Amino acid sequence: MLTLENVHTHYGPIEALKGVSLNVQQGEIVTLIGANGAGKSTLLMTVCGDPRASAGTITWKGNDITKEETSKIMRTGLAVVPEGRRVFSAMTVEENLSMGGFFNKTTYDQRMAHVLELFPRLEERFKQRAGTMSGGEQQMLAIGRALMSEPELLILDEPSLGLAPLIINQIFDIIHKLRDEGMTIFLVEQNANQALRLADRGYVIENGKIVLEDTGANLLVNEDVRKAYLGG
Amino acid sequence: MQSRFTSALFAALLTLLLGSLLLGVTMVSEGIDLVLELSEPHKIYGLIIGAALVFIIQYFKQEVGAVTTRLRGDGSFEMPAFIRTPKQQRLWGFMAVGALLIFPFVSSRGAVDIATLTLIYVMLGLGLNIVVGLAGLLDLGYVGFYAVGAYSYALLNFYFGLSFWVALPIAGLLAALFGFILGFPVLRLRGDYLAIVTLGFGEIIRILLNNWTDLTGGPNGIARIPKPDLFGLEFNRRASEGGQTFHEFFGIPYSSEYKVIFLYLLAFALVLLTLYVINRLIRMPIGRAWEALREDEIACRALGLNPTVIKLTAFTIGASFAGFAGSFFAARQGFISPESFTFIESAIILAIVVLGGMGSQLGIILAAMAMTILPEMAREFDEYRMLLFGLMMVLMMIWRPQGLLPMKRPHLELKRD
Repeated sequence: MLTLENVHTHYGPIEALKGVSLNVQQGEIVTLIGANGAGKSTLLMTVCGDPRASAGTITWKGNDITKEETSKIMRTGLAVVPEGRRVFSAMTVEENLSMGGFFNKTTYDQRMAHVLELFPRLEERFKQRAGTMSGGEQQMLAIGRALMSEPELLILDEPSLGLAPLIINQIFDIIHKLRDEGMTIFLVEQNANQALRLADRGYVIENGKIVLEDTGANLLVNEDVRKAYLGG
Repeated sequence: MQSRFTSALFAALLTLLLGSLLLGVTMVSEGIDLVLELSEPHKIYGLIIGAALVFIIQYFKQEVGAVTTRLRGDGSFEMPAFIRTPKQQRLWGFMAVGALLIFPFVSSRGAVDIATLTLIYVMLGLGLNIVVGLAGLLDLGYVGFYAVGAYSYALLNFYFGLSFWVALPIAGLLAALFGFILGFPVLRLRGDYLAIVTLGFGEIIRILLNNWTDLTGGPNGIARIPKPDLFGLEFNRRASEGGQTFHEFFGIPYSSEYKVIFLYLLAFALVLLTLYVINRLIRMPIGRAWEALREDEIACRALGLNPTVIKLTAFTIGASFAGFAGSFFAARQGFISPESFTFIESAIILAIVVLGGMGSQLGIILAAMAMTILPEMAREFDEYRMLLFGLMMVLMMIWRPQGLLPMKRPHLELKRD
């Protein structure tokens, strides 16, 4: 569904991705784990076209999107929940969700109903300003907002960042539920333990290179991964 | 206690020192020399009182601070009980419109004139509000579009004899075009950098108008710009060739007041139109997109919105309102020159937007009134007028940094006991 082939990305003279290849198949949860500064977020943002890959190809649903504009890529069934949530804090929950469904008005009501069903909390806070909500609620809103565009592939950038363990569990439950509904999910996480447990497959990135690829279950018991990311 | 006294004393002495240099002495020419002399006694007394005031305020800083905090509130603003529901708001709106329609017939010519000027600033404030208040793009060159609008009408009339009513939409379109052109280079810029580039743009337009003497008349400006007519009826004493005047048509004696009142009503109609259009825009998806862009550009991109397009629409639409205001300004003044479009105008319009509370339309109307009427009322303070004005702005920023009426979004909050 989504394929990266030998992708390089540069920030000025710094090479952040040094030839990354990976793929995400329809209906699976794929996770990408790695330490701080390994290139997780860069990889994800490169898929979205910002920054653009300096070499290699990115294919999405059979089309080459390497040189496509971000705003166009984001309208082709791809949705991203950016790192740090980035909800529109002065806008209400309702307005935030409506921004997510900006380009697709035909099934708007159904999708709104679906999102509110997934996150009953958002329905309670429907007219409340996003900035006044807790971190967990904001994360739910960010995911809900992304779902409003009815994506085929949902990309999540560290959804557990800065959240309490209880809330993290809720968020991961939701991700699971989305997969059961047939959604394809690409999850970038620092919380390797939980991410690998949830994922069908996982990639480990180090210094801008993919160093390991296996099923989630296998990575979870892999010696090196345990040492490096799961605390022994 | 000790330090409180010393710091208050220090502030007071500093005031006295600086003040005495500025106000306490005057320069008198004796022959070819300039000599310093002590000012008149009332200025000296004023200085001492001022220093004493500074001492008292500094000494009781905490007490004063408590009062200002209370004034500032928590940033939210409750409408009084009688204008809370939409129905009541509409009723009050209609009453305000009615009062403003009756106003020119019952007040003096001077008052109507100032009111017309206020309405121009309301229009400019509302236009700039789209760019600064809603889309969050700091534009210091807004006066450039105002100039484009004014010169569009003046030049189109001068060279092609177009009437105000034909030139008005063209002026709006031309200003919008300039907004569009400016939009391109600034798309990648934010914050300070954007402010500098727009500032430069405003200056370029003014300098261009100043130096392109063949076309614009340069610093001499363009004079004898005709006033707008009412369905072909002119407001002059004598009709131009083939024209008809207002007073002849209705068979009433000539009065120059008709013209003033007509201009006021015209400006009022333009403001109502502006309010209507902008209110519609805000409720449309593009209005949401402007606000979303102000909130978080990266999130906008993640949702597939194209920041470039959103910024361009904000610049273009904002500029077009300056164009309308500009062509009305040219028609009202009858004379324009680059002098009218200096940076200070941009600053005043921006001050209106900020003072009114970014994004709030009612606030902008109030601020425009304050910014035009107060300097007029303070005329008797002559040279201290701008000083007073500056003081007011500083106090305003201390007490209500969020503006007179900050934009209120509809939202519900859980009541906590």
